[in-house]
Amino acid sequence: MGDYTTQELLSIFAMQGFAGFSLFSVLLLMALGLAIIFGQMGVINMAHGEFMAVGAYTTYLMSAVSEKYFPGFIQYYFVFAIVFSFLIAGLLGYLAEFALIRHLYKRPLDTLLATWGLSLIMQQTFRSVFGAREVSPTLPDWLLGSYQPTDTIDIPLNGLFVLALTAIVTLGVFILMYRSSWGLRVRATTQNRVMSGAVGINTKKIDRLTFALGCGIAGIAGAAFTTIASTGPTTGSLYIVDTFMVVVFGGAGSLFGTIASAFSIAQAQSILEFFISGSMAKVMTLLTIVIFLMMRPEGLFSIKVRK
Amino acid sequence: MSISDYALAIEDLTVSFDGFKAVDGLNLYIEKDELRVIIGPNGAGKTTVLDLICGKTKSTDGSIMFMNKEMTKLAEHEIVHAGVGRKFQTPSIYENLTVYENLEVSYPKGRSVFGSIGFKCTQEVDARIKEIAKEVFLEEFLDMESALLSHGQKQWLEIAMLLIQDPQLLMLDEPVAGMSVKEREQTAELLKGICKGRSVLVIEHDMDFVASIADKVTVLHQGKILAEGDMKTVQNNPKVIEVYLGH
Amino acid sequence: MNFIYDRLLGGKNGMIGIAILAALIFIVLPIGLDLFRLNMVGKYLTYAFAAVSLVLLWGYGGILSLGQGIFFGLGGYSMAMFLKLEASSPENTAIQSTPGIPDFMDWNQLTELPWFWQPFDNFGITLIAVILVPTVFAFIIGYSMFKRRVGGVYFAIITQIIAVILTVLIVGQQGYTGGINGITDLRTLHGWDIRTDSAKYILYFINAILLFAVIFLSRYILTSKFGRLLLAMKDKEDRVRFSGYDVSNFKIFVFVLSAVISSIGGAMFTLQVGFMSPSFVGIVPSIEMVIFAAVGGRMSLIGVVYGTLLVNYGKTVFSETLPEVWLFLMGGLFIAVVMFFPNGLAGLWEKHGNKLTACIKNRQCVIAVKAFIENKRAKKAPATSE
Repeated sequence: MGDYTTQELLSIFAMQGFAGFSLFSVLLLMALGLAIIFGQMGVINMAHGEFMAVGAYTTYLMSAVSEKYFPGFIQYYFVFAIVFSFLIAGLLGYLAEFALIRHLYKRPLDTLLATWGLSLIMQQTFRSVFGAREVSPTLPDWLLGSYQPTDTIDIPLNGLFVLALTAIVTLGVFILMYRSSWGLRVRATTQNRVMSGAVGINTKKIDRLTFALGCGIAGIAGAAFTTIASTGPTTGSLYIVDTFMVVVFGGAGSLFGTIASAFSIAQAQSILEFFISGSMAKVMTLLTIVIFLMMRPEGLFSIKVRK
Repeated sequence: MSISDYALAIEDLTVSFDGFKAVDGLNLYIEKDELRVIIGPNGAGKTTVLDLICGKTKSTDGSIMFMNKEMTKLAEHEIVHAGVGRKFQTPSIYENLTVYENLEVSYPKGRSVFGSIGFKCTQEVDARIKEIAKEVFLEEFLDMESALLSHGQKQWLEIAMLLIQDPQLLMLDEPVAGMSVKEREQTAELLKGICKGRSVLVIEHDMDFVASIADKVTVLHQGKILAEGDMKTVQNNPKVIEVYLGH
Repeated sequence: MNFIYDRLLGGKNGMIGIAILAALIFIVLPIGLDLFRLNMVGKYLTYAFAAVSLVLLWGYGGILSLGQGIFFGLGGYSMAMFLKLEASSPENTAIQSTPGIPDFMDWNQLTELPWFWQPFDNFGITLIAVILVPTVFAFIIGYSMFKRRVGGVYFAIITQIIAVILTVLIVGQQGYTGGINGITDLRTLHGWDIRTDSAKYILYFINAILLFAVIFLSRYILTSKFGRLLLAMKDKEDRVRFSGYDVSNFKIFVFVLSAVISSIGGAMFTLQVGFMSPSFVGIVPSIEMVIFAAVGGRMSLIGVVYGTLLVNYGKTVFSETLPEVWLFLMGGLFIAVVMFFPNGLAGLWEKHGNKLTACIKNRQCVIAVKAFIENKRAKKAPATSE
């Protein structure tokens, strides 16, 4: 580090830190969906990354369609793309729950394998439909450009947008899960399925909608993802392990834990990346977390229960 | 009597879950060869007491002396090795094994990794398994997959799995729950037989069953002892009637 | 004698299964296939080590490891390091700026052999390393997780993360590991050229013998009280614990054992295929090993060998002809096995195999087919006459 002046170091931290924010946003959006599915339902969804890719491809499609047929719409399509990404990924999640997941609720390890199978099928579908090449949507002008608070700091606007989007979605999830009657029913179902059924909650419907919601949020993550990188058939699978790590590290079932965990993982990786090679940054981050989880399997935040 | 004369001496035992004291300064003494029944309303901390003794839950404070040995710091299997056996509330048997295999797996030899690989089912083991199976009315079902047993038979099988280890303290959590009247009677006979040479601690709700087996009854309420004594005294205790029996 | 019959061969049924598999691997395949294909089968059979290890760990122990590739890789890399050092003698590498070290180190400006490579110039130490390195690795992972009662999906995910770490490390540290290409261009073992036809035959048979040895050892362990305890733990872990067993020790042992078995497979892979690369270490190979076991039947030591052969055969055929279809099929296989055939091929065999053997024995199927044909004819005849 000796080669940098303090001024430069500060700028590096600010910019790498901000790059970390973009990674943080995508990781958090992915993890929110997964945390709902894993934390609330105990289901390991290995195809979660592919639901993110569904969102990304939806955004790409909408961009391509607007560009070709409605050139005037190109400035606005992105907002609709976010909504559609959510809806389409959510709908696919709904179908996946109906066809696959609901048969496997008591067998978590088998769910893991079945959803892995689902992820392979989805990846190959992407490849067949969109080709093996990575694609990216045409971003509206207002997402391009950057904000320069000082000479040496340069913060891209798309990053700011994604960060804001993440904040809104996180808030929405919080309100939905902890402040709405629907969230109460979801949490009741998690804690005591039989009892919830007995008091008149349609637990099957709750499960299906919870799964769909989780996948839908992954879809939003996909839309956000398109602003920072291009999308290929295996894009989702690159993020799935990191996302699981975020959820497990944060402590399953803790929203605050998920946020803190996504933040620390993204920042650690992004800042380390500047000083050591990317692969070593990844190794260091992962290794730290594995060791941490070995010492404290319940993750950063967890609730004590009387067993 | 000094503490060392008791089979089990629990003193000032406390456990708190995030501030809620499920067991609060409990003192409980059980003699050798005694059959003690713990009763009390739901949430009184009965099962938690058993969890604490067998090490499933770690205590916040207090001591558990079993045969003059402190139990609170030991791991679960070490507590078992010291001679404590515990039956769970719902029958906890290995459904994917036969009755015979259930008992074989519970036989107290070959308890280490390599010991279990080298373990041989000798005539002695075989004879012991059959003897115990007979004691719990299961000698005809030895080769049956245990998932196929009736609920009552599963309860007996779990008791047998403990008996084969010849524990000095046997703890049974609601042993007759879900049993037919006839099975209850058989179980009462069984318990009277097995408490010879060991102490037995039973949690039970069925008052008729309690009356038929108990030497001494302890009533637990909100993690503390409400009353203790023989069945008559306890049943006539106004406090007990108020919180537990009075309806 | 009785002991061998009951415990190693698994009684009458087990013996028939072993005999058929042995006939297939030792006689039918070597005679029926050309060397290229046989070598490929040999490669598949090295994966079967990992599949067998998953029978112990996952089928009986109920512990799903998504990181068997780690151990396959540790064994494979240990062997590859030894062979690479032998191939990098100063005479062979005279044109390098530092002769006597592996070529990829030279390309990455290393000027001396790193310390952890040095023991691998000795074949005896290498063989010990194939056993010892995965043992230590698995013990550390197993001890820290099972003593803290981490299991189920957490264990699966953590083993997966470790597989990722190892792959990223191998790929990133090119100078020490050969990077993404792996350790290639392996030639001789103590002067014996492993690329010749005769060597390939010999290695195939050594591999097959080792595989059977591992199956026998596994069966011996699974038919002991240890095996029943594993099943008992899978069902009611607490009951086992409160019957006086230190459950974590049993899990650690079975995890270490499965790691060693996979590692032997990895070492044999390197010997037969002639290279080792990170693509046999990471998430994808690890989870493929699980599917081999699932397809064959996670509770059957023999079944998983068939499962491994079949899935790999399918993979080879499809990736040669219809690569797009393969991922669909593979994905479908995961789903189908989990949803409809949780006991895999072995389960199907158990369910329908008796009928089939009885059928063949009594010639009932011949009679049935004849009756069927007669029936059809009889139906057809009046129709034409009308």
